[in-house]
Amino acid sequence: MTVTAPPAAQAGSAALPRLLAGVGHQLVPGLAEHEREYGTLWLRGRSGQRRPERLIDMVEAAGLTGRGGAGFPTGRKMRAVAGRGEAVVVANGAEGEPASAKDRLLLTYLPHLVLDGITLAADAVGAAEAHLCVHRQEHDLIDGLAAVVAERRRAGLDPVPIQITGIPGRYVSSEQSSIARYLNGGPAKPTFSPPRPHESGVRGRPTLVNNVETLAHVALIARHGDSWFRGAGLPSAPGSMLVTVDGAVRWPGVYEIELGTAAGEVVMLAGGPAEDLQALLIGGYFGAWLPVEVAWPVPMTRAGLRAVGGALGAGVVIALPGSSCGLAETARVVRYLAEQGAGQCGPCLMGLPALAGAVADLAFQGGRGTAVDAIAGLLPLIEGRGACRHPDGATQLARSAVRAFIADARWHDRCGPCDGVRRAPLLPIPGDEEQDWNWT
Amino acid sequence: MSHQLRVNPIACNGHGVCAELLPEIIELDPWGYPILRSAMVPPALVVHARRAVATCPTLALLLERAQNRRP
Repeated sequence: MTVTAPPAAQAGSAALPRLLAGVGHQLVPGLAEHEREYGTLWLRGRSGQRRPERLIDMVEAAGLTGRGGAGFPTGRKMRAVAGRGEAVVVANGAEGEPASAKDRLLLTYLPHLVLDGITLAADAVGAAEAHLCVHRQEHDLIDGLAAVVAERRRAGLDPVPIQITGIPGRYVSSEQSSIARYLNGGPAKPTFSPPRPHESGVRGRPTLVNNVETLAHVALIARHGDSWFRGAGLPSAPGSMLVTVDGAVRWPGVYEIELGTAAGEVVMLAGGPAEDLQALLIGGYFGAWLPVEVAWPVPMTRAGLRAVGGALGAGVVIALPGSSCGLAETARVVRYLAEQGAGQCGPCLMGLPALAGAVADLAFQGGRGTAVDAIAGLLPLIEGRGACRHPDGATQLARSAVRAFIADARWHDRCGPCDGVRRAPLLPIPGDEEQDWNWT
Repeated sequence: MSHQLRVNPIACNGHGVCAELLPEIIELDPWGYPILRSAMVPPALVVHARRAVATCPTLALLLERAQNRRP
């Protein structure tokens, strides 16, 4: 995946770019360039009469929702953490989704925007401790961020020191309770809830865990206000979001769109189809396949996608060409997700390998007329039965594949694999050597 | 006051005692882990539910007063 944002990316929207306005410099912008592009950040009010909670009102009025995948209203999350004693802020930049590149782009090219957001959030919720978490094997990224943090410290920008923390690179390790558990000295695995991190997180303190893109939006809302934020997107789903477009498009990369942009328009932003398309995978590996004719007009909002059985997730859009086999692609991803579980909950530990086997059987064997039913029988035994949403993401993907590729699925089930299984895999899956096998 | 059951899936090791003691509500999946037919416990079964909760070797079965939890 290349991390690019060509200027053409924002064609068609007068309100954009917002987050990505500062991308395009040859070098990573320093603090001076950052302030010239986005404006200086002032923590509001003089000491003594400051009302940091005012930011929470603005974020709530802006209607910002989490951009990490869960889509929870950010203002409400901040309010749940604020006013309960000394809090902790955690910026989640550990992009667990192999197909997503937006958080890495932000942290690489626009780190000051994210760090502004962390400082604002820490101020608003009364935090005395702030972490920026990224995958610990990303040494270059960590070194770059450490230099940025040092530059800001010299400028006296962040009253609450921001610690860069490397966390294990497993898929479920970037789930918010996993991060809190890891920062408490445990394995980076999800915990049984309640309590959720906002109630009792790092060292038992109320802990605000936000995706780094969410915090970058907070940095812009603090500068321009909530009505400005609502000047993009829909009244019911305001603002802009970053999407990672990959697969059979001409210019794969990260783009900024207004919420509510049609999925087909997102493909066109990325240069349009590189060949005939049969389906889009929207939302990433916890998202869903939609046949291209269904997906094309669907607005990129949580509600819009849910209405057609899809999910917004962290804004991944992958275009599947007609000559690929969606079932084979799905089989490889479900196998990967089965391996990426924390191994804590029985239904996930036992169920996901069984599901991976059933989807692989349909994709690569078939011919016995039993595989589609086998998958359908496994799904209800898995979903909703884990401590986290990991099993539910895998079942949603598998179910959507059978639905979106139903004609192909019936063919496989009756006659065996289609020609598409011979095509090289399209969806990115980290190799064993790239993976971090330790939890602590 | 109504009661509801919840399984802590991390603590549960699939001993299956709960399904023996409360077959009206709990069945086992193909791997031996409990499936709740309904989270709500009818008043007549609360005594049996308490016994199942107390007997679970890993304390993975929880009986709670019904309330609206956050999503």
